[in-house]
Amino acid sequence: MQAKRDEKERIAMIVGKQKPFEEIWEMIKSFKKVLVFGCNTCVAICHAGGGKEAEILASLIRMKAAQEDISMEVKHAAIERQCEPEFFEHVADELRASDVVLSLACGVGVNFLSDRTGDTPAYPGINTEFFGAVEKAGIFKELCAGCGGCILHLTGGICPVARCSKSIMNGPCGGTSDGKCEISQDVDCAWYLIVERMKKLGTLEKLSEIMLPKDWSTGLYGGPRRVVLEHIAEEGKES
Amino acid sequence: MKSGSNLEKVLEGGHFAVTAEVGPPKGTSASVIQKKGDILKSYCDALNVTDNQTAIVRMSSLSGCVILIRMGIDPVMQMVVRDRNRIAIQSDILGAVALGIRNLLCLSGDHQKFGNHPTAKNVYDIDSIQLVKTVKTMRDEKKFLCGENISGEVPLFIGAVENPFADPFEYRVIRLAKKVQAGADFIQTQAVYDVGKFARWMEMVRDQGLDKQVHILAGVIPIKSVGMARYMRDNVSGVSVPNEIVTRLEDAKDVKEEGVKITLEIIEQIKEIDGIHGIHIMAVAWEDIVPVIAERAGLLPRPIL
Repeated sequence: MQAKRDEKERIAMIVGKQKPFEEIWEMIKSFKKVLVFGCNTCVAICHAGGGKEAEILASLIRMKAAQEDISMEVKHAAIERQCEPEFFEHVADELRASDVVLSLACGVGVNFLSDRTGDTPAYPGINTEFFGAVEKAGIFKELCAGCGGCILHLTGGICPVARCSKSIMNGPCGGTSDGKCEISQDVDCAWYLIVERMKKLGTLEKLSEIMLPKDWSTGLYGGPRRVVLEHIAEEGKES
Repeated sequence: MKSGSNLEKVLEGGHFAVTAEVGPPKGTSASVIQKKGDILKSYCDALNVTDNQTAIVRMSSLSGCVILIRMGIDPVMQMVVRDRNRIAIQSDILGAVALGIRNLLCLSGDHQKFGNHPTAKNVYDIDSIQLVKTVKTMRDEKKFLCGENISGEVPLFIGAVENPFADPFEYRVIRLAKKVQAGADFIQTQAVYDVGKFARWMEMVRDQGLDKQVHILAGVIPIKSVGMARYMRDNVSGVSVPNEIVTRLEDAKDVKEEGVKITLEIIEQIKEIDGIHGIHIMAVAWEDIVPVIAERAGLLPRPIL
């Protein structure tokens, strides 16, 4: 059913990284029945939390439990997405039968799952890093901060909120050197890229205008966010 | 007069200004500020008090400035946008004016990664250019960023910084123009070692007519040791120290004297550049060299206005 994903394709997604095993072990060692629960979309692409990783992690936990002489039943499962209700149906029994669900989904998945596991706690097995793209196989790059007020048309398609270490709107600051950010030689200066890109597009003069203070209320700073598509939400109500 | 600060009077009077830097202590002692103030006061027109420079926690710039005001010194309060949102920024500005501060220098601030709390969350609610514009609006229109009225005057001489040695070189002047457009009255630059490159930048500044709209003070940092020269060459972002300066210090018998000589030569050359209205001496942990430099560079006596 699922289309085979070509890693060369540049796919925007949520990028995660598995937590250190010791941290995971500390979280779950007191439980008897552990379900390692993968999510087969974003975090599977970045090899952090898909079904395959869930299976491997479950074996590691079993080995550790055996080493520590702890009796523990460790199962693994995965669904397509831990962020949509319909995918949960066929795992409902497994979820209920566990003492703890170690979710390998992003933070969205863990929250969503937590609402569906009743008295069973849902713990995070990965750290959710960012919205990113596959730069090339094995390299993921943050490109969007989800600020709720896109200005990419003003910055040559390069996001200063996500890609400038200071998220400044009128850069580059004085810390840029050889096109790199002051924080590290491995980090490109977003504003250097913006200037070069806009030069190429012939729109550099647009940068002469002072960009006004950004409205951050549309981002995380305005409190939890919600998007409601009224026509669809309404139809859902009627049916 | 926009603020009536000594620095403004000196610059508007057409004098070649001299400013220096006072780094506050990592502690509670006012005497650290007082000592530096005593050393520098007769040799400078105003003293900058840094704001948690390189993201290392120190006594606040606002407090340091107040200590200097009590000594009859005109302080330049540095304010970075790294640690405060627009609410705290405007609130601190009101307090600063109430306590007699008349010069405010607006900066982005070094990233917290460099400091002693690298796990801190930064703010960057507004950037340094937006800060300049905010202060100008507060002063000229007596309005907060949100448009509400401020009671009382906000007489501030507004400063900004510029680094002619950062990238992309040709864009730095466009960015300076934005700072001027935002309302900067004076500019203090990053330390100049490569005078040739600085002169080329100033040529572009003059081409845009910016030298007529803003007072530019060139930054200098006297180098005390070979280690410091190497460190600045290799590790300080946005500073370009030519190899020949490092070599001169390496070969010198008296390194400190050679460092002073290099600084004097740089000042001499900078003074010849059209459109430079002053010098900003950042003698980090070497404050007592500032009087020597001011004297030998022929910058004394300072005007009394």
